[in-house]
Amino acid sequence: MSGLPSNAYTPDSKLTSALIASGVTFALAFAIMGMKLQGGLSPTLEAASTQTYVLIFTATALVFLFQMTREKISAFFSFIPWPRLPRYSTAHLSQSKRDQREKVVTLLFVIAALIWPFIVSRGTVDLATLVLIYVMLGLGLNIVVGLAGLLDLGYVAFYAVGAYSYALLNQYFGLSFWVCLPIAGLLAASFGFILGFPVLRLRGDYLAIVTLGFGEIIRILLNNWTQLTGGPNGIGGIPKPALFNLEFGRRAKEAGNQPFHEFFGIDYDTGYKVIFLYILAILLVLATLFVIRRLTRMPIGRAWEALREDEIACRSLGLNRTIIKLSAFTLGASFAGFAGAFFSARQGFISPESFSFIESAIILAIVVLGGMGSQLGIILAAVAMTVLPELAREFAEYRMLMFGLMMVLMMIWRPQGLLPMKRPQMELENV
Amino acid sequence: MLQVENLKMQFGGLLAVDGVAFDVGDKQIVSVIGPNGAGKTTVFNCISGFYAPTGGSIKFQGEPIHGQADYRISRLGMVRTFQHVRLFNSMTVVENLLVAQHRHVNTNFFAGLFKTPDYRRREKEAMERAVYWLKKVNLLEHANREAGNLAYGQQRRLEIARCMVTEPKLLMLDEPAAGLNPKETKELDELILSLKEDYNISVLLIEHDMSLVMGISNSIVVINQGRPLALGTPDEIRNNAAVIKAYLGEA
Repeated sequence: MSGLPSNAYTPDSKLTSALIASGVTFALAFAIMGMKLQGGLSPTLEAASTQTYVLIFTATALVFLFQMTREKISAFFSFIPWPRLPRYSTAHLSQSKRDQREKVVTLLFVIAALIWPFIVSRGTVDLATLVLIYVMLGLGLNIVVGLAGLLDLGYVAFYAVGAYSYALLNQYFGLSFWVCLPIAGLLAASFGFILGFPVLRLRGDYLAIVTLGFGEIIRILLNNWTQLTGGPNGIGGIPKPALFNLEFGRRAKEAGNQPFHEFFGIDYDTGYKVIFLYILAILLVLATLFVIRRLTRMPIGRAWEALREDEIACRSLGLNRTIIKLSAFTLGASFAGFAGAFFSARQGFISPESFSFIESAIILAIVVLGGMGSQLGIILAAVAMTVLPELAREFAEYRMLMFGLMMVLMMIWRPQGLLPMKRPQMELENV
Repeated sequence: MLQVENLKMQFGGLLAVDGVAFDVGDKQIVSVIGPNGAGKTTVFNCISGFYAPTGGSIKFQGEPIHGQADYRISRLGMVRTFQHVRLFNSMTVVENLLVAQHRHVNTNFFAGLFKTPDYRRREKEAMERAVYWLKKVNLLEHANREAGNLAYGQQRRLEIARCMVTEPKLLMLDEPAAGLNPKETKELDELILSLKEDYNISVLLIEHDMSLVMGISNSIVVINQGRPLALGTPDEIRNNAAVIKAYLGEA
């Protein structure tokens, strides 16, 4: 508030905004708390207790008073500094220095990530695996939204395609995780390609609506095609990935395979499986990071950004926007496919419920929160978006409320995202 | 090189361009002039494929090109600049020039992922070509700056350099001198002449700065209210009664 000039509100507009704010408070509070439904089969509407009404009116009055005097209040509290997130910028460094620093940071992170699961509890490692899945999804969506500038609200559809590819191919043809992983990526990519075609002419809001529809189509299809997908019952018993021919169950499920603990002559522990999945997720994320890092420096990555910057200039320079947009959709989707196959292997059970719109929204929030185009930012945001709701579990029904509040505060402090890093640029040396 | 015949462009009930015709020969500079709203930029948009003309024909090196997709036309060797500079503002100067060479580099996904020798060689060549043109337009020292942060005159020069790295045969400039000071206009004048002489390209120019137009054009096309008014050498145009009337109004 201290950022606002003190004369931002004339008395007139102040009164209006105060009236609106208190009106909204009253309407919301009255609708939620002021009435009660009583009776089971034929419910009747009943008034709440007098005490509740007193509360509602007090709250409304408080909001009105606060809105009328907010400048004075914020002036009174102005000695308290407005909290700021630490600013970390590498913008002043040259690209080669930044690359160097990035390598060191990545290496440290990887070492820490590999040692860490042997220290903490199994549940924590399992949660970390989930975080890594979201990291992969965030990085994949970042290609479409952050780099190519195409707002995709149905990204979860490709995630679902990947997950169901592994589950169905395993169920019907008995294919293993390692065979299905590339197939899931390819299938998701081809779905990205199919979606890409009709939406190429669309931009902004229109594109967002079409992709949103696509996401829902996939989910509803999975829900209703009961013969193939099992509908809302989902698919269970999806096997975990094996390490060559070592399985992580108590007994080997497939002929020729051996349980991991028997091979090494150690006691059976479910922890091995969890850590193995975690390390697998780390490897997948590293591969994703590597590919996307390369992509941003490749001609196709440059073309994505150029197309986002100015489509008309691109066309005048002989760039085929159809192919460029399609490639962004296709490549972005393929990462969701990999993540999906891994998800179904980790989970062992999938149903269309795992692929609702809220998932798309969370992945998009990760991209925006992380700072569009910033890879490290996306990793941090994925951690925040997955771990914080878990930590806030004890707040029960206020969990999502806190989550929403956090997002609002975030957008006030850092509208550009957690780590709005300077994007990697091609630089000319020795200038 | 370029033949435009009886070009027509109709938007609903408005006939924006009606019967415009001219030729651009090899190593020639042809200017299109006319009062504001005469339809000069519409002619440009038709030639470069942004609009599909509703009538007439456009031939580039003997091949009809009207109605073709814009990016295909540009790949034939015809690139344009815009009346309002259109750079990739948040990309660096050198990146702007690399994007323009998209066709010359290896765009294969796997080639780039594994940095094959062919990929490396073509990226290096693209970088060298970019450096060459940056030197040519005096922007080398700004190579790593974001294009959006350049001064206006520098942005204009970068836009021309961005066209030239695509190795065009015909360069189409839409009001390149707009917003430039007299010194910069003079440099632009020299640059355009040097492009023609040293790189064997033709230039099609829309410009309001008459000293620039008269100084460098081989021929001039005058358009008024969408219709061709006159066609000739700078001297013929300067003394053409109809042109004087269109520009100065009737006495």
